Amino acid sequence: MTTAVLFDNVSRHFGAVRAVDGVNLEIAEGEFFAMLGPSGSGKTTCLRLMAGFEQPTGGHIEIFGETAEGVPPYRRSVNTVFQDYALFPHLSILDNVAYGLMVKGVNREERRKAAEDALAMVKLPGYGTRRPGQLSGGQRQRVALARALVNKPKVLLLDEPLGALDLKLREQMQEELKSLQKSLGITFVFVTHDQGEALSMADRIAVFNDGRIQQLGRPEDVYKQPKTRFVADFVGSSNVLPPKLCQRLGLKTPFASLRPEAIAIAAPADGALSLSGTVSAHSFLGAVNRVVVDVDGARVAVASPAALAVPAVGSPVTISFAANELHPMEDA
Amino acid sequence: MRSDRLNRSPMGLKIAAAAGLAFLHLPILLIFLYAFTTEEKSYQFPPPGLTAQWLAVAWNRPDVWAALTLSVKVASIATAMALVLGTLCAAAVSQTRFFGRETISLLVILPIALPGIITGIALRSAFSMADIPFSFWTIVLGHATFCIVVVYNNAVARFRRISGSLIEASMDLGADGFQTFRYIILPNIGTALLAGGMLAFALSFDEVIVTTFTAGQQSTLPIWMLEELIRPRQRPVTNVVAMVVVLVTFLPILGAYYLTRDGDQIAGAGK
Repeated sequence: MTTAVLFDNVSRHFGAVRAVDGVNLEIAEGEFFAMLGPSGSGKTTCLRLMAGFEQPTGGHIEIFGETAEGVPPYRRSVNTVFQDYALFPHLSILDNVAYGLMVKGVNREERRKAAEDALAMVKLPGYGTRRPGQLSGGQRQRVALARALVNKPKVLLLDEPLGALDLKLREQMQEELKSLQKSLGITFVFVTHDQGEALSMADRIAVFNDGRIQQLGRPEDVYKQPKTRFVADFVGSSNVLPPKLCQRLGLKTPFASLRPEAIAIAAPADGALSLSGTVSAHSFLGAVNRVVVDVDGARVAVASPAALAVPAVGSPVTISFAANELHPMEDA
Repeated sequence: MRSDRLNRSPMGLKIAAAAGLAFLHLPILLIFLYAFTTEEKSYQFPPPGLTAQWLAVAWNRPDVWAALTLSVKVASIATAMALVLGTLCAAAVSQTRFFGRETISLLVILPIALPGIITGIALRSAFSMADIPFSFWTIVLGHATFCIVVVYNNAVARFRRISGSLIEASMDLGADGFQTFRYIILPNIGTALLAGGMLAFALSFDEVIVTTFTAGQQSTLPIWMLEELIRPRQRPVTNVVAMVVVLVTFLPILGAYYLTRDGDQIAGAGK
């Protein structure tokens, strides 16, 4: 397995601001890698370090085994799909897509053909003569994708590419991006603040906060076994049980995570753990009811199937869950 | 319909507006008229007769040609300098952040706010202190001080509308600095530069005050005209030259106006 992108203790400080602070990661060739985090967490700076728009203030970056520090963006076999697409407004769609080939000196006929193929690949055949201003947001996004892919990059960087699209279009593009990545076999590095997007598309996820990677792993692992309270909260809003409850459940660690959908409002089956409390609120979310149970002052959210009856607010309930659903967390 | 009636202005206002415009522009027409008068010593009205002979006379006067050539050369070179320096300065101020950026922006614009006479005196004393003799280049330098501002102002406004990610996108797609400038920046600021350059050329072409302090014994076209007015000989020749100056300065300004008028659709971020 070849390493596509390697970060070895990489930092990028802007004065006193530590945008990226000691990040280690290794992205494999052909991997769909997501960098997930809130705004200001350092994920976009990491992407810009890969693209070459930023230089690290510490550490070492390699792209396919070659040192990346000091290499300008135009000498990297990496292309970016920008958040605002950054299409050139004075060029036609075809010239936009062919731009990378044009500056490399590919002849006119060849680059026209390559650009048309790329446009067909993103399902915009025949749009070449239009201007960026004449396209919708979703279409511009596809043009930006075609413009990057036509250069056959070794790594494609995507900076919140779906952020400006409406929900339906976003879901459609998620599937298309995923299948495009599978068929091209190119390494995709994807920046997003949308945990659903990261979970559904990525092979692996790095969760960022405050310039550091909080957790790196497969989507299921990050979702089910958050290592820190931040990850538990940010990726799919797990319950974080406070030390008092952990102690009562016989855990040695001060905190533990527990997913709302792993909890049932029922008496415990054999070997299951249980807690008792009172219902403090509930809301209907479609497929499930979200029931908040107050257990000695700690709020525990339960995702209860909509088919089941919802206990009234203030009524005492027992909640139960399998022991292996409770994931101890080392740090606070 | 309704707004038409609401927007209709009273007759008095219309007349006042027409009179104001006439006051501004009729004297220029008089200049044109006296270029064709048969009477050469004084401007008597109405002209006793009309003739086109002064065009030929002006054409055959070597001093006119010398002054015209000097003016065109000065304006061209001052504009060229302004285009290079003004664009570089605009790029620095609008695309990067550095200490003292606002101050530099202000200092660049200052020469056009200063009265020309101050610029002129300042340059003259600077030249004499540095023992620089008056020459073609001292005029060019004097003119470049305000030509740069015009180009800078036009360029900086357009630069600010180019989204920063366009330049990054170009670099990302493999274009180095020169290619990015040629294929992305220049097409987006081109009309602004052309407009700024035309304005700069027109400004330089009819500049008098700074020139009187930096020209020494040389005469640019406007200075030649001033001198001619004092010596009443073949006066209509001055009018012919005035006509040429109006044409040479008016056309670029008109061009600049049309070029920047609908520049809004250029270089908007691709959002």
